[in-house]
Order: sequence, then C-alpha cells, then structure tokens
Amino acid sequence: MTDFSIIGKPIAMVDAAGKTTGSGKYTDDLNLPGMLVGRILHSPFPHARIKRIDTSRAAALDGVVAIVTGKDAPNPYGILPVGHDEHALALDKVRYVGDNVACVAAIDEATADQALELIDVEYEVLPAYFDPEESMKAEADLIHDNKPHNLEKDYHHVFGDPDKGFADADHVAEARFIANEVTHAAMEPHSTLAQFEIDSQTGKRGRLTVWSSTQVPYYLQHKLSLVLEMPMAQIRVIKPLVGGGFGGKSEVIPLEIIAAIAARAARAPVKITYTREEVFWAHRGRPRTIIDLKTCVKNDGRITAVKARVIQDGGAYCSYGVVTILYSGALLGALYDIPNIQYDGYRVLTNKPACGAMRGHGTVNVRFAFESQLDELAAKINLDPADIRQRNLLQPPCVTVNGLRVQSYGLPECIEKVVERSGWKQRKGKLPRSRGLGIACSHYVSGAANSIIRSDMPHSTVNIKIDRDGGVVVYTGASEIGQGSDTMTAQIAAETLGCSLGRVKIVAADTDLTPIDIGSYSSRVTFMAGNATLRAAEQVKKQIAAAAARKMSCAPEELIFRDDSVFRKNGHVGTAAFGRPAEQGSSASVSGRVEGQILRGSLQQKRKDEGPKDWMTFEEAVVAAIDFHGALTGTGSYAPPPEARGGKHKGGGVGPSPAYSYSAQVAEVSVDEETGEVTVHKVWAAHDCGRALNPVSVEGQIIGSVWMGMGQALTEEMVWKDGMLMNPGLLEYRSPSSVESPEVEPIIVESIDPEGPFGAKECSEGSLAATIPAIANAIYDAVGVRLHEVPFTPERVLAALRAQRGQKKINLTEGIDPTAPAKFREHGGSLWFRGKGPERHPLDPARREGPAEAAGGD
Amino acid sequence: MKKELIELRVNSRSYELAVEPSKLLLDALRQDLQLTGSKRGCDDSSCGACTVQVDGVPMLSCTMLAASCERQEITTIEGVSGHGSLAAIQKAYGDWGGAQCGFCTPGFIMTVTHLLAENPRPTEEDIRGALSGNLCRCTGYSQMYQAIKAAIEAEQKGMAEAR
Ligand code: FES
Ligand code: FES
Repeated sequence: MTDFSIIGKPIAMVDAAGKTTGSGKYTDDLNLPGMLVGRILHSPFPHARIKRIDTSRAAALDGVVAIVTGKDAPNPYGILPVGHDEHALALDKVRYVGDNVACVAAIDEATADQALELIDVEYEVLPAYFDPEESMKAEADLIHDNKPHNLEKDYHHVFGDPDKGFADADHVAEARFIANEVTHAAMEPHSTLAQFEIDSQTGKRGRLTVWSSTQVPYYLQHKLSLVLEMPMAQIRVIKPLVGGGFGGKSEVIPLEIIAAIAARAARAPVKITYTREEVFWAHRGRPRTIIDLKTCVKNDGRITAVKARVIQDGGAYCSYGVVTILYSGALLGALYDIPNIQYDGYRVLTNKPACGAMRGHGTVNVRFAFESQLDELAAKINLDPADIRQRNLLQPPCVTVNGLRVQSYGLPECIEKVVERSGWKQRKGKLPRSRGLGIACSHYVSGAANSIIRSDMPHSTVNIKIDRDGGVVVYTGASEIGQGSDTMTAQIAAETLGCSLGRVKIVAADTDLTPIDIGSYSSRVTFMAGNATLRAAEQVKKQIAAAAARKMSCAPEELIFRDDSVFRKNGHVGTAAFGRPAEQGSSASVSGRVEGQILRGSLQQKRKDEGPKDWMTFEEAVVAAIDFHGALTGTGSYAPPPEARGGKHKGGGVGPSPAYSYSAQVAEVSVDEETGEVTVHKVWAAHDCGRALNPVSVEGQIIGSVWMGMGQALTEEMVWKDGMLMNPGLLEYRSPSSVESPEVEPIIVESIDPEGPFGAKECSEGSLAATIPAIANAIYDAVGVRLHEVPFTPERVLAALRAQRGQKKINLTEGIDPTAPAKFREHGGSLWFRGKGPERHPLDPARREGPAEAAGGD
Repeated sequence: MKKELIELRVNSRSYELAVEPSKLLLDALRQDLQLTGSKRGCDDSSCGACTVQVDGVPMLSCTMLAASCERQEITTIEGVSGHGSLAAIQKAYGDWGGAQCGFCTPGFIMTVTHLLAENPRPTEEDIRGALSGNLCRCTGYSQMYQAIKAAIEAEQKGMAEAR
C-alpha cells in the first residue's frame, strides 16, 4: 500500500471545534445592524387561483417595513433549465398547501406574524389532485397549463431485447411496490439573510449579498440573477455552516429569493428562517413512488431481463423531477449485469409540495423493489440470496447496456465481507422464528458526469495560494454541509504538498472569493472537487519543486515533499534520517512560522555558506519559489471525461458518472408477531468508496446513510390528507431517536478508482438504498411475509401477517385499485385488508363508504 | 408587550436584560446575549437542539420563559469549553465523528455532560436512553457512543495523571 502521511488517517474534521463549542456560525446565527425579520404567508388551499391580495391593513401596522407579493418578482425559475415553473411568491395560482403567497419584513417576529394575519387574500378554490395515477387522468384545471394530464415528463427506454430476455427466462416475478414519501428533515431549518449595498458611483442600490443554508451557492447566485434581473457579478452568495442538507438544500428554495426581494423592498437587510413546519412544506424530498416491476431469471440465477414502470408523485413543481425519474431507470444498470432493460417512467404533478433530490436521488425506491424481487426469485429457484447476487456481477471495465461506464467495482468484495462478518452462512435460516437475516446491494454515482446546465464548463475549480508565511490557502467553491468537504480538501492539499494539515486554510463557498463549483449534490464533491484540489496542489508543487531543485542542485523529479519538508529521493528517506535537525519536529507549524518569518534571512545565509543541502523545510522551499516566480498560485479544474458521459439516447445524460460506489448489506431483524413491530438489531454495511481519505468520515457517512435508510424502511412517512401534511413535526414524522437506532457495523472496501483523487469515490449516499430491501428481506426470512410497501409500519406488517395466517396469497397491494384513491389513501396510504383491519372510527369517511357498510355495517 | 428587567446568570456571568415576559430562554440567549451556540431545530420541543443546563439539569430552552430562569445558573454550550481549550467530550466528538453538520451537537453535549456528571460510567443502554431526547439526522448516533466512551477514558486518564 502506498504510504501516505495524511490521506487514509482518521482525523477530526477541520471545522469540528466550531461545531462542538457552538462558536461556528450557521445562517440563522448571523445578525446585521438594522436587520429585519421576514415571515411568509402560505396558502391554506392545495389548488386555488388568487383573485385579490390586499396588504393595506398589514402595511399600516406599526413595525412593518415592507410587504412583497408575486408581483415583486414575476420571473419564473427552477433548478432545471427545463423546469422553470416556480415563482418565489405565487403570481396567480397557489398549487399546494403551504405555497408562498406574501412576505412581511418587520422589526421583529411578533410584528411580522401579526401582519400576516392582516393580509387579505381572496382565493378561487380549484379541484386538486393528490394521487398521481388520478392526476394523470386530468383534462381540466391542470396544475400547470403547459403540462397536459399533469404529466411533468415521461420516458420510455428499451435497452437490449427485453422481450427475448423474458422469453429466455425460466422464472418470472412480477409485482407492484410502493414507497411512500419521505423528506430530508435536516436539523437546521433553512435560513437566508439578504443585504443590498449602495453603490459608491451611482449612489443607488448596488450589490446584493446573500448568506444562505445552501448546498449550491452558484446555482443560487444564478437563479437570483434571473429573478432579480441583476448580473451575477452583482450578487455574492456566501454559505456559512450548513446544518445538514441531504438534498433538501440542493436547489433554490423559495425563501432564498423571497429574502432578497424583501430586502430590496424594505431597503434593509432581511433574514428569513423557516419554522420546522415550513421546512416540511419546502420539502423537495423523495417522492411517493409506485413501481411495477418484472424480473426474469434463468434456473442458474442469471438475470435475463428487467422491466420497470415507475410513477412518481412529484408534487406541484418540477424541481429536480426530470432528473429523479431518469435516475430511477438509469441506475437499474451499473450494479448487476442486466442484458435487457425496459423502463417506463412517469413524473406526475400533484397538489402537494414539490419533491426533489434526496440522498440516493431517484435510485432508492426502485432499488427496494428490485432487491426484494431478486430475493423472491432466489427463493423460487432455491438459491442463497447472496449467491444470486454474486452470479449477476458485472465484469468491469465495461459499459452497461444502458451506456454507463464502470471501472472500479468493489461489489464482489462488499458481498463477501458482509456475508463473512454477519455469519450469514452459519446463521441464515437457522435463527429462531420471527428473527431473520436479509441481504441487499446498492450503488450510486460519484457525481453526475453531465451537469444540470449542459456546458463544457469544469464542474469544479480550486485555487491555491501560498505566500511567504508558508500558509496554504485553498479556495474552493465546494460546499461543506457536514459531510466533510472542507476536511477532504485540506487533506488532499496537505498530502500533495507534503505539509501539515495545520498549515492549510480553507476558504469555501463564497462566490466572490472562490472559483465555481457546481455544488454539494449527487455525491460529487470528493471525486470532482477533490480532483480539482489535487491538480491545483500539483501545479503549485511544481513551482516549489523547480525552485527547491535549483537550491539543491538536483532535478525537480528527484524531490519528495513530506512532513513539512522537501528532500531528495536518493538520499535518506525518513524524517530523522536525512540530516534534518530532530528538534525542528515534523509538523511544528509554530516553530516553522517563526523560522519562516523571522529567522529566514539568517538561515538562508547559513545555507548559502554551507552549499547545497539534500533537504529544505517547506517554508524555505516556498520562499525560494516565491523569490523565483513571484507569488505562488495554482489552479486546478475537473470535468468528467467524455467516455464517462453516457449514451446518446433521450435522457441518457442522467445516470452516467465517472465512478460508482458499491454497497452490500446484511440486516438482522426481529418481528413481533402480535404487534407487527419490526426491530432492526444490527446492520453490517460494506461500502466500496474507492479509497477512504478519512476513515472516520467515511464510516460516519456509511452509518448515517444506513440509519436514514432504516428510518425510511420502518417509520418515516409523510402522511397526507387532502393535500394537508398531517405530520409536519420531527416527532410525528418519526425520525428515529437513539433508542430506536440499531448498531451499524461499517466495513470499508477500497477498490482504488483509476480516476478518483487518490482512488477515492463517493461514500455518502450509495449505502442508503440497500438498507430498505435488506430489512424487507430480513422480515421475509423472519416471518415469511413479503412486504411491498415502505415503510414497514406495524399496521402494514400486521396486515400481512394476518393475511398469511388466513392462508391467503400475500400481496399487500392486491385489490388496491389505483383509480380509487379515496379507499387507498386515507391516512396517507395505509393499507388495510378490507374487513380485516382494526375497527374504524364511525366518523372515518372510509368506513362510511367502505364495503363494511355495504355488508350491513352501521 | 411591555418589557421587564430581568437578571440572568449564564455561564457564571450575570446579565441584566430587558425582555418581554413571553420571551423564551432560547431567544434571550440567541438574540439578546448573542450566544448562538444553542440552536432552534423545531417548533414543538421535539429535537433537543436548544438544550441548555439550568442548575445542572438539561432543559429545552425553547420551552422555558427567560423570566422564569432568574436566580438559576444557566450553562450553555459556550460555557463548556473552559480555559480556551476543548473539554474532553468536545474533543472526542470531533475525533470520533460525533458531529457531522454539528447543528445538533451543542444540544447533545449539554445532555451528555449532565449524563456523565450523574453517572460517570454509563452503559451503552444508559447512553442511548439519555440521548433519546435529542435528535440527529446525520450520524445515526453510533459514533457519538464511541465519542462518549473515549471522553470517559480521557477524563479518567487525566484524573489519574493529576493524581
Ligand atoms: S428547538 Fe427543538 S426542542 Fe427546542
Ligand atoms: S450532526 Fe447533523 S444533525 Fe447531528
């Protein structure tokens, strides 16, 4: 193994102390003199035309400085160029309960809240659509006039020859799977602070500065420019610490624009911070997804074809929807070798908050269906579920049938490792009744090979500056959101330059200071910003090496940079061995700086007297280089190679990535057959991250992904009633607490990607998708029921167990008519077998209309 | 609402503040004293991000009136790191990945320091129980347990060295 001094070592994040002491600043922690508080008026109706807004009573309230409505920012925007369908504040129509109608900027929160009550809005309520399959039938009262049948987008892909694949198969499994809607619920509610400056030349309103909890400062800058009709150069976006994103901050959220237009109208800085309920309305989470899946295998377990029809309940706006529906199909490939794929995807608009990108974007729900079905097929042909996965491995390097290039591929090792660590071979099938083991796999992109806005622009650029103090300043647009982006950047810079971590300062995510990086989403930062950092550091290193080599009378290639010094390869390797005075230490930045700044002159003199040496300190080398070249700066960029950019088919731009991460997991669960409650005891999760740059962070990301997957598998679900979110709080949404969270054993697998920085790939998303089917398969192992709807709440598990006891064929979605949402959707899609569920309350509308009544009930 | 003058003792210092009787302790800390380490993560006292200690007991500052805390000793996250260096638990949270985005971290640390004061050798069960009132969306909690164990060890080592 290559010997690194910083890469691969578990270290505390470079910004950890700010977080553990409370001194780190998140957006809502910032204050400006004269700052106003903004509060937003939201729509109480799921679909309505705004006939009139009267703000005069609110404006008259003492302490109210400005009120803005849709008229103040009429330009539409959206994260995707094809989806500019949003207005920060509704122009003529509201499309979900919680849609933004007006904003009050006032001297304090209480005044702003009071003013909201005084805004009179007259609505004309329109028929609304809550179920995607129902919504697709709409002829009139469309959610967006230019989207017939409320269909945002549909794709129909055929790769290989699926019909032949089906004909060749020995076994077929076919079923409908449903995954309900979940949301990021990052702990930090979204917050934005906006301030305009007055221009010295014109004396009028000038530049805008926005501090915001965002994963994508450059997209925010771009959309602000679009809506406010200001050049991008006049807008500065700064990303302070961000308290978690998971995709929920990976596009422009209405408050970010509203704060700016409110600040413009109020002529004062305005800060808006969402309440938790507003965060749920802002949403952009994982859509409720209906998956009709058919998988065919030969007797030996080889998959011959897969056919998937996917419907996503996208909510009221496009958001990332077109990308989400494409990911659902594209990432059927690149995990296993599937020769024939047919995919039909429908992204449908409904009158609910928009869904967008969430950890594992687009891949998670389909993966749940696929891995469950594969388990079913393994049982059918009597094959160990781990074996069936091993029989369908890709043979990389290769390009999949749908055009995805795969190079490093740690999946075989991941499967091996989890099988071994979990004692799969010895324990599977031998656990007591109601306890079981399940296995599943997943994968994810290390950044999208094609950016949202198609262009030849590099996806990441990083600048490095080193001055005479020997401090290394790295300017990166990459957004630290808790995943360790800044730490990764510092590690790569320090390793490449052979200096200590303490020397490296990170300036990140400030559009005035840092070069463009398209943001922290699709797990792209380590791979892309990491590569850009590596290139920038190498460029600077070259300049230092040239100067140092002259001083040492050798070729630059002979030099090694390590432990804050530069020395000759052929000499003596090792800190103490190459003649360096021991007391200088290897990473003593303090003494180094003293030497660099004060003693430099005399030291250089001394060196001159002594003639060429075979080592120098890092500062000496830096000073030599600055004397030689002037200021030391380097820049590096990364753009994915053309070979990795995918097929030419329509929609082929989504799914390709320069590298994929791989995960295999085993979950151990028990099921309480009386209550239907599922307990996850342990999850073994092996993840191929290419190379673990910082193992603590990698393990943290794996555990966090598995944990979030477990939340979706067991408890988390957005419950809707007529477009109203019934559980807009963290407790009702049921984000798992420490007592409900299982032990997760992360297992790092390193496949060393040929193009990743030091071989690294993503580690923050790929593990999530495997957890849900691993739990589903473990439940099957434990009690023999196959669950088709996530989350596996006690009521769903119990219903399945009851059906099993009644010797009835088990299929949870059986008998559910998608055209009859009233029966299907009450309580947000809980599925009861007719007449077999618990007693309903007499006032429950489902009971009054249900078959029980027809059969003579009350 | 008319403001009233109250005296709050926060992190061993006394402050005189003019606040509305309805002002929450969390808002008094964050807005009036600029102690922004305590966070607001929810609307309904469900997340624990605002946890501070009142007379040594962890409390949700988002559900307490500032005026009701007079004559009580309030400790916030800003009061944990003494002498300009990290307390063992803070260092361990950093080293072991107990904090990712860090938004929940101050609340957790206030809960954990109380746990360790009450029960210097907690079992994993004790720890899980004690942390269950604080939510984290990043870590899945696992690395926090490692951090807490490491902090206990560091404290014990420190005490042994001091002896
Ligand atoms: S802010 Fe969530 S509990 Fe206090
Ligand atoms: S570290 Fe992000 S919420 Fe806990």
